[in-house]
Amino acid sequence: MAEVAIRASGLTKGFGQGETYTLAVSDVNFEAYLGEMLFVVGPSGSGKTTMLSMVSGILRPDAGSVSIEGEDIWAMSADELADFRLRSLGFVFQDYHLFPRLTTAENVAIPLIIRRHDWDDAIVEARRYLDIVGLANRADVAPVKLSGGEQQRVAIARALIGQPDILVLDEPTASLDGDTGRNIISFVRREVLNAKRCILIITHDSRIFEFADRILTMEDGRITHIDPGGSRVRHEEV
Amino acid sequence: MLGILRIAYKLLANDRAKFTALIVGITFAVFLMVQMTSMFSGVLNRSSSTVYNIGATVWVMDPAVQTVANSIPMPDTVLDEVRSMPGVKFAVPIYSGGGLVKMADGTYQAVTIMGLDDTTLFGRPAMIAGQIDDIFAENGFIAVKDSEYSKLGSPKVGAELEINDHRARIVGLAHVATNGLFGVPSLYTTYSRALQYLPNARFTTSYILVEPASPADIPAIRDRVRAIGYTALARDDFVSQISDFYKYKTGIGTNLLMMTAISFIVGLSISGQTFYTFILENLEKFGALKAIGMKSRELVAMILFQAGFVALTGYGLGCGLCAAMIWIARARLPDYASTITYGNLLLAFGMVVVIAAISSYFGVRRVLRIEPFDIFRG
Repeated sequence: MAEVAIRASGLTKGFGQGETYTLAVSDVNFEAYLGEMLFVVGPSGSGKTTMLSMVSGILRPDAGSVSIEGEDIWAMSADELADFRLRSLGFVFQDYHLFPRLTTAENVAIPLIIRRHDWDDAIVEARRYLDIVGLANRADVAPVKLSGGEQQRVAIARALIGQPDILVLDEPTASLDGDTGRNIISFVRREVLNAKRCILIITHDSRIFEFADRILTMEDGRITHIDPGGSRVRHEEV
Repeated sequence: MLGILRIAYKLLANDRAKFTALIVGITFAVFLMVQMTSMFSGVLNRSSSTVYNIGATVWVMDPAVQTVANSIPMPDTVLDEVRSMPGVKFAVPIYSGGGLVKMADGTYQAVTIMGLDDTTLFGRPAMIAGQIDDIFAENGFIAVKDSEYSKLGSPKVGAELEINDHRARIVGLAHVATNGLFGVPSLYTTYSRALQYLPNARFTTSYILVEPASPADIPAIRDRVRAIGYTALARDDFVSQISDFYKYKTGIGTNLLMMTAISFIVGLSISGQTFYTFILENLEKFGALKAIGMKSRELVAMILFQAGFVALTGYGLGCGLCAAMIWIARARLPDYASTITYGNLLLAFGMVVVIAAISSYFGVRRVLRIEPFDIFRG
């Protein structure tokens, strides 16, 4: 039995007030496991991003709890939560959010610099991670000079450099062509996923479903199905 | 934290266009602020040049006197009364007046004539040619070799002038610490000769220069002089009174204050708007940093560092530019009255700090409001 990385219980979140109130996520319960690549799919507005934001400690739920490796993250103070995200979570944003005024290596080094690592040591480590994602020769260029796929890999290197247990990727293939997208996810599965890491991916791209261990489908703020992906761990009906 | 500040620096400095606009904005504002206040300081400094150059500790004058240039003559009896006061080590008269020098080409040049006490020559200038005792020679005058000296045709020792239809002879050249405000050459002679050369009213003593037995005696001297209907001011108090006159009763202070305020507003507008735009453009990136795990106080530190760096750099450049401008102006225009004082620098620094604080305040507010969820949601 794989170790539970994330346990979400009764997660509920609404936005607005009065007549404009919208229930974005309603009573969501699920578990994700170390060594697992879990896809979260569903139509736009189904609550995927809201749910994953609550799970990753950047949006406080109205109700419910999230436990990551046994720690109730929403019982933490703001600073503790920031430290927790820095230590345990890696984010790959849909638009990458790389700093155009920093070099690729400096972008990758940011999590270590926030952790007060020595600048030069952080850059050396960033170069090592750029080597891992196949961009060793692009360390000193600005991110704007990279292709979309290369930027995606830089964002992944930045998410990985802090060696987080949980990696969250938001629409990682949305702005990539089919082959590049598959290569990226294949790379993440092959090089990043291991028994001590859990990867959550929000996606609409059915072409990459084959890489998922499980596929969690959301509609109208609720989980409707948890299906096996191409790499099935187990199958559950909700 | 140094690494985080280094990121902040790179984000700022590598955005060349905005960085340049910010630096130029602050530099320009500081330049204008320091320039305006320095001009004012220069004017104020020169307005008290006689007080500085004569160097007396206490000045006794008519209560209606507002500037050293507009003395109101006092009767000789006042001198006797002051000399008899306890705490007065010595007291001497000084004459300050204006005359007309007839130039070789037939034109006239106004001059300031200082008549020094015949007995002591108290308030004498530092000689650079000739001897101070030569002032007692027949028709003897000492010319001050300052920026106005050339207006007298740069007379050498031994040269003769015609002052108010009297023959005068230059017996020495002197140097003074501070040039005058009104662009008029200065001549020194004895008190008695000054009375002979210049038209006089019934009373002749412009000021009485007092040396107290000790600084502690000054308040008592002030009270005793007030009791006989006159005013005694310590040197710094007299300088302050003259400064206040130019600040508040001539409009010069108001005009320069307005220009300084406009410079501040221009600097604030350019730098504030540019910095705020810079923050807005990087807002998502700041949100991403928050999501990654940067704390709010670290983000605030980044923004304050950026604002502070720009402010200090612009401040340094602005002050340097102003100093260079004054240096060049003085080389070309000897009369140029502009003096950078610590007060000017401190005022400009305070204003730059305010500009940086206001600029960063709005940026900090936006950055603190941005939620990582907004970034995640796209």
